[in-house]
Formats: sequence, structure tokens, C-alpha cells
Amino acid sequence: MLENFLPNVDWQDMWAATLETIYMTAMATFFTFVIGLILGIVLFLTQPHQAWANSVVNWLTGALVNIFRSIPFIILIILLIPFTQFLIGTIRGPNAALPALIIGAAPFYARLVLIALKEIDKGVLEAARSMGATTWTVIRKVLLPESLPALVSGITVTAIALVGYTAMAGVIGAGGLGTLAFLDGFQRNRGDVTLTATVVILVIVFVIQYIGDFLTVRIDKR
Amino acid sequence: MIELTNLTKKYQTDKGVLTAVDDVSLSIEKGEIFGIIGYSGAGKSTLIRLLNGLEKPTAGSVEIQDQKISAIRGKQLRQARQKVSMIFQHFNLLWSRTVKENIEFPLEIAGVPKSARSTRALELIELVGLAGRENAYPSQLSGGQKQRVGIARALANDPEVLLCDEATSALDPQTTDSILDLLVSINERLGLTIVLITHEMHVIRKICHRVAVMEAGKVVELGDVLTIFQSPREPITKRFVAQVTEAQGAEETVRRLREAYPAGELVRLGFIGEQTEEPVLTELIRNHPVDVNIIQGNISRTHGGAYGTLILQLKGPDSEIRSAISFLENRQVQTEVISGA
Repeated sequence: MLENFLPNVDWQDMWAATLETIYMTAMATFFTFVIGLILGIVLFLTQPHQAWANSVVNWLTGALVNIFRSIPFIILIILLIPFTQFLIGTIRGPNAALPALIIGAAPFYARLVLIALKEIDKGVLEAARSMGATTWTVIRKVLLPESLPALVSGITVTAIALVGYTAMAGVIGAGGLGTLAFLDGFQRNRGDVTLTATVVILVIVFVIQYIGDFLTVRIDKR
Repeated sequence: MIELTNLTKKYQTDKGVLTAVDDVSLSIEKGEIFGIIGYSGAGKSTLIRLLNGLEKPTAGSVEIQDQKISAIRGKQLRQARQKVSMIFQHFNLLWSRTVKENIEFPLEIAGVPKSARSTRALELIELVGLAGRENAYPSQLSGGQKQRVGIARALANDPEVLLCDEATSALDPQTTDSILDLLVSINERLGLTIVLITHEMHVIRKICHRVAVMEAGKVVELGDVLTIFQSPREPITKRFVAQVTEAQGAEETVRRLREAYPAGELVRLGFIGEQTEEPVLTELIRNHPVDVNIIQGNISRTHGGAYGTLILQLKGPDSEIRSAISFLENRQVQTEVISGA
């Protein structure tokens, strides 16, 4: 029955492309989470009156984050081609998309981490210091758990943005649903392929959103 | 036990240098409940934070049990802080942790093994009267219960000193009293030295042994709570004392009384300690041909004993009133003529 409505869709290709998109999104989200978290914590702790107060490091990190956050993603991919070639050995395929995806998304997530950390009650940080906590203990036992709901909803937003980025990367050959929709759908004038790829992307986005919301509610004991 | 010497803290602000704590020297005895009272901005918050090194002094020193808190840093300071713990106006509990986990937090910092942490936390939950709530999250507790968790958390590492930063200011009067009772019982049972800052004279009256009054960064008056209540010297101290002795503002009360009782002389008597039980009034009436009208009176209990005030209207011939007043003065009752007839 589906064949009548979507005559040009090759379900095997569609499935393979879906897996590629999921792979790119998952890998990129993971590394974005780690790098963004580190950058966000550095941004937070190097602020004045914080444990690592250092205006030079704070300014440099902030500048780095702002620059990479401001470059349009499609341009960032092109700018990073030599770097990707050096790192991955190729500029085609899902793995080749990862450096650009991570470098594009991590600064964005770092900002969200900073916002999340700033929301933590200053009194709680003072209490931890008054108990003789080291900075490392404060990070592990206060900063991260106390901001966890915001960190999770932040990575949810970032992961959804990454799904969009993978589609864009797909246009220049990263693979996945973006490549399928562009090469198979648009360039060969097969509207049903583009449409199906879009629906699959929407499903992926909704699933991510659902998981994110579920976790956020679950861990928030406020 | 605690020795503050010429302690000064200055802040650089946009408007210039702000002296939050100005040349404060005082010493606090072991086992004492020492109160510091002042209006907001008097520097008491800064002062209490100098005691555990959350703030570094610009000049002067803080010494607790022969350890110079103002001079140490790093690991040494972190270890010292485990013995000088703190409770806060807004409790500052971790919302992500249960009651028990919150109390275990300082034990984790001190490196206490897991099973010992659990035992100690349950012991403290019992001590502060929260048995049965160990797995509740702070959001499920009332303000008073949250402060009990705060106190249990502060006691976890067996501190020598407990600093209370406006610990009851966010609580209603009834809850305030129950928290103050808890602090007194901890002080008595564990021999803990307590330093508290507050803007409520009620707190000072109820539990403190000695009090320091702060204004503009300086300690302007210091002494035994009972003495301060009975004979405050500074205007600011008088205002604080009036907070708990007179329902309305002192001057307002006097004006109203004067209007209501225009005849004779109005006299305010202050009693302290044993005098509150002596029959001064009986003798006054027996020996002096004046009419005595009791207008207002109260007796307040402080940690060190009771003190009372009584406002009398004395009517009769001027000479008799004079001699009645001098009789009262001779009885070493604090006598103050509020207004002439």
C-alpha cells in the first residue's frame, strides 16, 4: 500500500540513512556534552569571586565560545575541511561530519551550561565552602547535581539542533537522512523521498524531546 | 577560645572603600552562646564570615583555639572549617539530596567511610528531631525542618564552634523558638560554642549569654545579656532592647501615657534578677503618702535571669513624690522619671 503513495522510497536506503543520522547525532551529542560541560565549568569558575577567578582565561574562553557559536554551521563545515581531512583522513561519510558537528555545538552547549550553573543558589556554594569542600568536590557534588535538570534540558535542545546540523552536513556528503533527502529526493525530483526523510527526522526529534523531558522531570526534586 | 584582634575588613566598591568591619577586638569563651546584633549593613554578616575564613581580613586577626584562621589557607583552612561549621538564614541545603544525604555531605568532604556516614547521619537526624524524614527531599520540608537539617549537617563533623548566620530570621516566631531551644540544648549537651548574628533582640534575650551590639562596622556595646537589657548605654542598644520590652515604640508609648495620665509624675522602674521578687512597691506605698497607679508592667526572661519594667504614676504633694523617688533610687531599683508634671 505504501508503495502506491511513496513509489520512489527505498526502505533499505531509508533505514541505513536513519541509522547514520542517529549515529552522527548520538556521537556528536556525547562529545558536545563532555566538551561543552568542561567549557561551561571553566567559564563559570573563572568568573570574578569564583574558585578559579581569572579574567584572562575567562575572557579567552568566552571569546572562543562566542566565535564558534557565531559561525554559520554550513560555513564552519567548509572551514574545517582541512582539519577534518587531517583528523579523520576523509571528508566524506558520518565520521567526517563529527568534528564540525562537535565544534559547532559544544560552544552553544557551553553557554547553556554556564546559564545552568549561574542558576545555582549562591548560598549552597557558600555552604559547601564553609564545610571545607575542595573545588573538585564542589564541581562533582554541588555544581553538577544541583544544575542537572538544566544540564539535561540543555543537552536535549542541543541534540535537536544537532539533528538539524547532520542534515546540513548531509548536503555536502556526510550521509544520513540529509544526504538522502538532498541527493535522492531533491536532485532527482522525488518529492516522496524528501517527504519521508523529513518525517523520519521529525520522529527522531520528537523522541529526543520526549526522553529529555522525561529525564528532566524525573531528576528534579525541587 | 575565639580571639578577634583589631579585625578590619574593607571592600572596594564603585563608590569608594567600604569598611564593613572596623577594628573589632573581642574574645569569646568556650561553651558560650555569643550574640552579635545589628541592623542590616552593620557588618555582622562580614564579621561572622571572617570567623571561618570565608572572608579574609584587611587587617587584624582571627584566632580559634590557637589557630590563626585569618592566616591559613588551602588544605589547612579546609580542615579548620570542619571544626567551625555554619548554619544559614536560607538553610542552603542541596535540593538534589535527601535529608540523610544532605547530612552526609560534610562527612563525604571529611572522607568518612560510607557505613560510618550513614550511622552518624541517622544519629544526628534523631538528635534534631527529624526521625522518619531521612528520605524526604528539602522541598518536602517546612522551614523549621529545613533548619533542623542545616543544624544536623553543621554538627556532622563534631565541630568546636557553630556559627549561626541569621538562622531564625526566615522562620515564624513559634518555629524560631523551637530552633532556639534546639540550639540551647546542643550548647548544653555538646558544650559547643555558638556565635550567632541576628537583628532580633528576642533571639539574644532567649539564648545568649553575652551580646555585642554592632553599628557601622564597630562593636559599640558589649556585655552580659542581662546587664545590657537592664542598662543599655548606647542609643542603638536602647532601641534593640525596646524591641522586646515595649510593644509600641518607646517614645510613642511615653507620649500616649503622658496624655492619658496628665497628673502627677510618671516613673519607669527597672528591676533585675532577684529584685523582681522583692516587695519594693509594698514598701513604697506603706511609707510614702502618695497614690501609686500601675500603668504598665512586664517581666522578661533572659538566659541569665529575669528583668522587669514597671511604669507607675505617682500622685500627691510634690515633696512626697520627690521623697518616694529617692526611696526607689536608694533601693537600687533603676528609676527613670519619664516626664515632669
